[in-house]
Order: sequence, then C-alpha cells, then structure tokens
Amino acid sequence: MSDSEILAHLAAVIEDLGGAPAGEISREKSLRDDLDIDSLSMVEVVVSIEDKYGVELPDDAMTGLQTVGDLVDFIENSVAPTPA
Amino acid sequence: MNPQSARRRVVITGRGAITPIGLNVADFWASLMAGRSGVGPITSFDASGLPVRIAGEVKGFDPTDWMERKVSRRIDRFAHYAIASTLQALEESKLEIDDELAPRVGVLVGSGFGATLILHHSAINMVEKGFRGLTPWITAGAAIDSAAGEVALRVNAQGPSGAVSTACASGTDAVGMGMRMIMYGNADVVLAGGSDNSVTSVDVGSAAMSRALSKRNDDPERASRPFDTDRDGFVVAAGAGMVVLEELDHALSRGAPILAEVIGYGASTDAYHPTAPHPTGRGARQAMQAALTDAGVRPEDIDYINAHGTSTVLNDRTESQAIRTLFGEHALRIPISSTKSMTGHMIGAAGVVELMATVNAMLDGRVPPTINCDNPEDTELNYVPHKPQEHRVDVAMSNSFGFAGHNAVAVVRRWQG
Repeated sequence: MSDSEILAHLAAVIEDLGGAPAGEISREKSLRDDLDIDSLSMVEVVVSIEDKYGVELPDDAMTGLQTVGDLVDFIENSVAPTPA
Repeated sequence: MNPQSARRRVVITGRGAITPIGLNVADFWASLMAGRSGVGPITSFDASGLPVRIAGEVKGFDPTDWMERKVSRRIDRFAHYAIASTLQALEESKLEIDDELAPRVGVLVGSGFGATLILHHSAINMVEKGFRGLTPWITAGAAIDSAAGEVALRVNAQGPSGAVSTACASGTDAVGMGMRMIMYGNADVVLAGGSDNSVTSVDVGSAAMSRALSKRNDDPERASRPFDTDRDGFVVAAGAGMVVLEELDHALSRGAPILAEVIGYGASTDAYHPTAPHPTGRGARQAMQAALTDAGVRPEDIDYINAHGTSTVLNDRTESQAIRTLFGEHALRIPISSTKSMTGHMIGAAGVVELMATVNAMLDGRVPPTINCDNPEDTELNYVPHKPQEHRVDVAMSNSFGFAGHNAVAVVRRWQG
C-alpha cells in the first residue's frame, strides 16, 4: 500500500463527505481548515479506512492529526508498522 | 381592557413551500387554482407489496439546490424541505438576519414523524452491518428537532428554537406558538412552520395497516376526496412550509411586504382515542372557539375556513358537525374547502401550507376548491367543489386536527396597511 493509494482513497472519501473536491486534496492540506473535516466527519473517514484495510485505529491516537499527510502517515504506521 | 391592545401584533412577511403540487408558493397556488392533484403512484420506493401504492410525493426536488452536500448528507429529507422552504420565505420577506437581529430570531419547525428515512436506513444498516453501519451524524440527524437546528444554523437564528410535534396539527401549532413568542417579547421574528417526509415504506405501510388510507390505487388523482360521501381514507403526502412571522412594528420599520396578520390561535386535545376524533367534534369545536376568542372576533366575522378535511369518514363528518355547531346559521354562508384534495396530507406541514393557501385566498379574492367532492357529506355547506370561487376574505380560519386528538386552529386577517 503506497502513499498515493491511501491519498486516493482519502480524496474519494473526503469528496463524498462534502469536504472538498478530490482534486484539491494533497498532503499539506489541513483537514479542518482546508477540507472542512470536523470531528464527526473524521470518524467517518476513520471508519472507511478501517473497513478498507481491516485495521482498528485507536480513538486517542487521532487527536493530534492536523493534515492529510499526518493522516496518511498514521494509516501507514497503523496498517504496516515500520520494522524496528 | 381589550386584551388585543396589550399584546404585540404579529404579521406574516414571507412564505416558502415544498409540496406535491409545486416547489414554491406561486406554483402551489397555481396548482390549487387549476384543481391539479399531486397524488400519483409511489415512485420513491417499491410499493408493489403494499395495499396502498399511491401518495403525494414531492417531485423534482434536489437538496443540493439549497444547501451544500456536507449538510444535505447529514440530515433527513424532511429537514431538506424545511431549509428550502425557509430560504424561500426569507427571500420573500427580504429579511436580512444580521448580528444585531440574530438573538431576536426564533425557529419552530413542526413535524409529526421527523427523520423517518434516516431512522429506517439506520435500522437496516444496523441489522446488516452491526453498529459500524451507523454514522456519527445519526444522533443529531435523526432527531425531530434536527430540522429546526439546521435551519437556525443555516440562517444564524439565535433566539428560541425547537420542534413542535403534534401530529397533523404540528405546522399550525408551530405558527401559533411562534406568534406567542413574538407577542410576549421572546423574539421579534420567528421562522415557523412544519415539514414531513411521510412517503416512506414504513409510514405508508403502517398508515395502511391502520386502515386510514385510501386504497384507490387505480385512480390516484381522485383518491383524496374530502367531504365526499364516496371517500375511503386519506392520502399520505410529503412536504414543508415555513413562514416568516414578524412583530408588526419591526416589519413596518423596514418596509417589509406584509401579507396578513395572525390574530388568533387556539389548541385543544380530544383525550378520546389515539386516532379517531371525538364523535361530537368536541375538541375541534373547542380549538376553533379558542382561536376566535384569542383573535377577538365573532363566528360571523369568518369569511373562509380552510378545513382540515382529510378525506376520512370520521374527520370529515366531525369537522362538518363542529363547524355547524360553532357557526350556526353563518356556517351555510362560509366557503369551506380542503386543499388536501390536491396535495394529499402532508402531516406536519399540512397546517402551515394550508395557512398559506388561506392567506393567498385573501390576497387573491379567490378561495381554493375541494376537488373530487362530487356528493357532499353535508349538502347545505359550501365545500367549494371542483373549482375556485370568488369571495372577499377579510378574516379566515385554518383548521388542523391530528392523531392523538391534537387540535390547532389559526385565524388570520387581511392586512390593510
């Protein structure tokens, strides 16, 4: 699973939520300020990721995520942790 | 002292409607005058297994014409209708809600059933996918006050707000309670009305099970026939209506279009049966009398009655009797019509949309007909059969009598400046 794969999935989900058009989504964008993803929309994003990748993301780990890039990194680390 | 002089006066300065016979007030009114029925075969779900396969659906409505997708996807269809009709009403009233006015603007959206489509889909998702099939928005979006909350959010109304739920009387009660809020100084403006999207498989199915609905599946446009002896039940419909209620001086000072004055409101409860009206029309009469008293007018001052007129045997008969008892000889001189003959029964929206028809009758000098009234229940009353009639209407009454015995009546007066 690559960065771009995750980004494409997020872009589709965020567009479906009415947050912003998929074409505007990049790593630098702020989830809240640029894409209008509030806390409840974030729950929907997370559930879609969990369903797609068969993982469970802990609630408390998500609180610090600000940008799309943060979220992509978080998913990558949760789904396929970097070997020590 | 005349209680009228002590209280603040309330006028209607804007209207908006989403109905089976028009997606705004002008189209709705044109359909009424043309005697056009909005009842047809159900298309929004597969009704082939139901004993009732007809309804008054709202056709051609796209919520994204009125709100962002982010908003439309989190709320129920009944809230879509409420937002759309509110925005229409605000446009007609030319009201700008700025930061100074915002705390003085209230919102009351009546609904009998509320967010039935969201609840229905949530239950299915829960069964199919477990709790993860639910979205976090359901908690707020399935609430009966969700329409009021979303309207307030959309237009920045910061005064008192909420839902009024009194079945088929909800829209009229919302207007009456909104009027009170303004009279007693709780608000200067109240966006009031009602909305329901009752054309869902659960709502139509359950109403059919209660034997309340017309089964005239092969002749839908003739199915809703209030006050006709050949009636066989009401026709469920979807829709919404919202009005801008405004304190008179506030409206005058900004040069608002004043459409009518709301001068009286009365409510009562039958306390008799969950669905049947009291056989003598006791509760209906009490509510009409209370509205007349509140308005400070006599029965003989009433020039038009927009009846509840559902097209069920029990409602039509008791309403006619109640009108006869209260109005006596004058009852024979009042045009009495039911616009449900064309719209079907929009449940929580019915009362407010019918109040708009009543206001339009004043403005237009024509009262809307009761279509399909071929053999009138009471041969001496004027049910305005088939075609509109010309009448000068100065003071008029709109009746709403709901399941659970909720009765609400509004009285409006022509605005003469």
